[in-house]
Amino acid sequence: MMKRLGALTVAAMMAAAPAMAELVIPDLSYRTGPYAAGGIPFSDGYQDYFTLLNQRDGGIGGEPVRVLECETGYNTEKGVECYESTKGEGALVYQPLSTGITYQLIPKAAADGIPLHTMGYGRTSARNGEVFNNVFNYPANYWDAASVAVNYLLDQNEGSLDGKTIALVYHNSAYGKEPIRTLQALGEKHGFSLTEIAVDHPGQEQKSQWLQIRRERPDYVLMWGWGVMNQVAIQEAANINYPMDQFIGNWWAGAEHDVTPAGAAADGYLSLNMNTLNPDLPVFDEIRAQVVDAGMAAGDGSNVGSVLYTRGMYAAMLAAEAIRKAQEIHGVSDITPEMMRDGMEALEITAARMEELGMPAIGPEFSVSCQNHGGSGEGLVQRWNASEMRFEPLTDFISPDREIIDPLIEEDSMAYAAENNITPGCAES
Amino acid sequence: MLYREAGDFKTTYTADSQTFPIKFDRLGYWVILAIAVLALPFLVTDYWANAVLVPFLIYAIAALGLNILTGYCGQVSLGTGGFMAVGAYSAYKLMTGFEWMDMITVTLLSGLITAAVGVLFGLPSLRIKGFYLAVATLAAQFFLVWMFNKVSWFYNYSASGQISAPEREIFGILVTGPNTEPWAQYLFCLLFVVVLAWVARNLTRGTVGRKWMAIRDMDIAAEIIGVNPLRAKLSAFAVSSFFIGVSGSLFFTVYLGAVEVGEAFGIQKSFLVLFMIIIGGLGSIFGSFAGAAFLVLLPVALKLFGVDLLGWPTDIVAHLNLVIVGGLIVFFLVVEPHGLAQLWRLTKEKLRLWPFPH
Repeated sequence: MMKRLGALTVAAMMAAAPAMAELVIPDLSYRTGPYAAGGIPFSDGYQDYFTLLNQRDGGIGGEPVRVLECETGYNTEKGVECYESTKGEGALVYQPLSTGITYQLIPKAAADGIPLHTMGYGRTSARNGEVFNNVFNYPANYWDAASVAVNYLLDQNEGSLDGKTIALVYHNSAYGKEPIRTLQALGEKHGFSLTEIAVDHPGQEQKSQWLQIRRERPDYVLMWGWGVMNQVAIQEAANINYPMDQFIGNWWAGAEHDVTPAGAAADGYLSLNMNTLNPDLPVFDEIRAQVVDAGMAAGDGSNVGSVLYTRGMYAAMLAAEAIRKAQEIHGVSDITPEMMRDGMEALEITAARMEELGMPAIGPEFSVSCQNHGGSGEGLVQRWNASEMRFEPLTDFISPDREIIDPLIEEDSMAYAAENNITPGCAES
Repeated sequence: MLYREAGDFKTTYTADSQTFPIKFDRLGYWVILAIAVLALPFLVTDYWANAVLVPFLIYAIAALGLNILTGYCGQVSLGTGGFMAVGAYSAYKLMTGFEWMDMITVTLLSGLITAAVGVLFGLPSLRIKGFYLAVATLAAQFFLVWMFNKVSWFYNYSASGQISAPEREIFGILVTGPNTEPWAQYLFCLLFVVVLAWVARNLTRGTVGRKWMAIRDMDIAAEIIGVNPLRAKLSAFAVSSFFIGVSGSLFFTVYLGAVEVGEAFGIQKSFLVLFMIIIGGLGSIFGSFAGAAFLVLLPVALKLFGVDLLGWPTDIVAHLNLVIVGGLIVFFLVVEPHGLAQLWRLTKEKLRLWPFPH
């Protein structure tokens, strides 16, 4: 027995020995804990896309990609451990999928010169690239999401929300608190009143919150939830007969596993999305053929095409495109994290390129610059069709209200710069 | 043969009641301390500091604190996470309110603030005990976390409710912030651990500690022989909360640098520290260290072995970790309620007689 274990260990060590010249992408995933339902499909999509690139094209620019998966459980301490254990391997970019871990990593990654990509989460004011040189939150952020939701509601109400009441049901953490300031500012501008209703981690207990909603009957309910909290909220909303077409989740509160537990009652539930949904994208066929059927899928392959799988794959595509850009700028295929940063800052996603990659119109067209690390900020509204068991896009991409968001971003990022002795300016490439 | 007592005679009471009565232990202690202070700072890397050593040292302080309250004084507490949060938020308010204050003062003051809060929540212990007291301290846990989330003064009205530690130095060396050298982080925590462990050891073997243990063993008998339960229990709460406050403060300033109260100081933290002292050994200084080391190192070791070496899926290893910790707690409660410290004590006894047992 011991001999066999020893042989196995040696074999594993040989297999794990790092090969030279690779593009190392860490995946700080979570497949356990109360947020696993969202973490699993995202991580599957993220990894499968890189596997596809390795299988089909031999990597990016001739360099194979090595994905290092590390389980964080959505826990900041484990996230730090994962960051420290992978950064030495030449990690090019971190995608932590957790606002808490992002806050941890922003100063650490800046000190180590490694870029962070926090799409649609993390610190919103990182959009200001002159203060946050290493942090990118394209294609959109929380404040964009809040504004997109309000713009959608304006559209539904002939341009006026005067006298309306909106309740915000939010995860009582940095993640959930992020949109409050923007919604307050938007409330002043458009004349709606905002009720803030907090739900504590992990969010399984929401009876009192929904009693309050039943009593006050707000015109609309917005939700900033994640993990098990979403399912409970949608079930509770169904229990009090709150109309689903007045209930809008943000883009982390709108995936299949959030609505399916409530069954037919969830029909018509609205949520935002930063990417379009189309289970028939050509790239999914390639993934099914070359990754899942070849037995190389990160998970069991059942998530291909779902909301969060698509978003994970979209994130991987953006990272891969930034790598290509960096290779092009610096003329080498084996890039460093510093070069990766330059690639991310020069990234440009066009409709033609998305079409070419087999994912036409998966996201908005946008380009990144030193001043703008946040992309276009557009989002769309999708609607859950319970009989077909899928989300259907309800609108096109809606632009956020830059007039409200930009001053808030300026204020928050400048406060960060003052606290941390940062002189705003573009990084030299 | 490892432990040799022949020729190791004690001729004074002082010599007989020292912490390490066996010469081999005494030497071992000084050797470990010398390695920790003189050798490790030169070897420690970012990974070792942030993933292993600093969390171990910080949890060791928390475990010492809880062990004083639960292990020595018999007052069950589930409020550890809440008290750590008090330490962290006090440190944050002190660091941002008084920028000239050095980190040692900040850390000690946050400990003192936590001690005051701890005494407040210790008051019910005069009337209730055991299970009921555990529930009272559980209330402290939930109340404190709720308060730090609700009252925005505590996080300086920031948009997200996260607190992050600004850069601070002592003697011109950075100890907080992302640019801190790993050895500075490590030595700063080590300083507190060594001093606090020494304080804890001397408190627990002196008058105060004997009063605590008398209350733990039988409070009515203790009262009859002249121990004032009010003072004994409240002093245990004060000292224990001081330790936990210091650990919470270091956890925030030196280790993580940014925390979110619900996530970092939730109920799981209280349980984690409680598991540390159960596995390590109730009522033992060494047990606090052993428990902290065990629970900090186990996930890291399992990850290194399972994921990096054998290539197992990460979620299987994470679940395995839960299974193993749960299993060990049951095992220790059944087989060895005094934990790792007692196992070590037994090993020592055996080694002293080896190779000729009775």
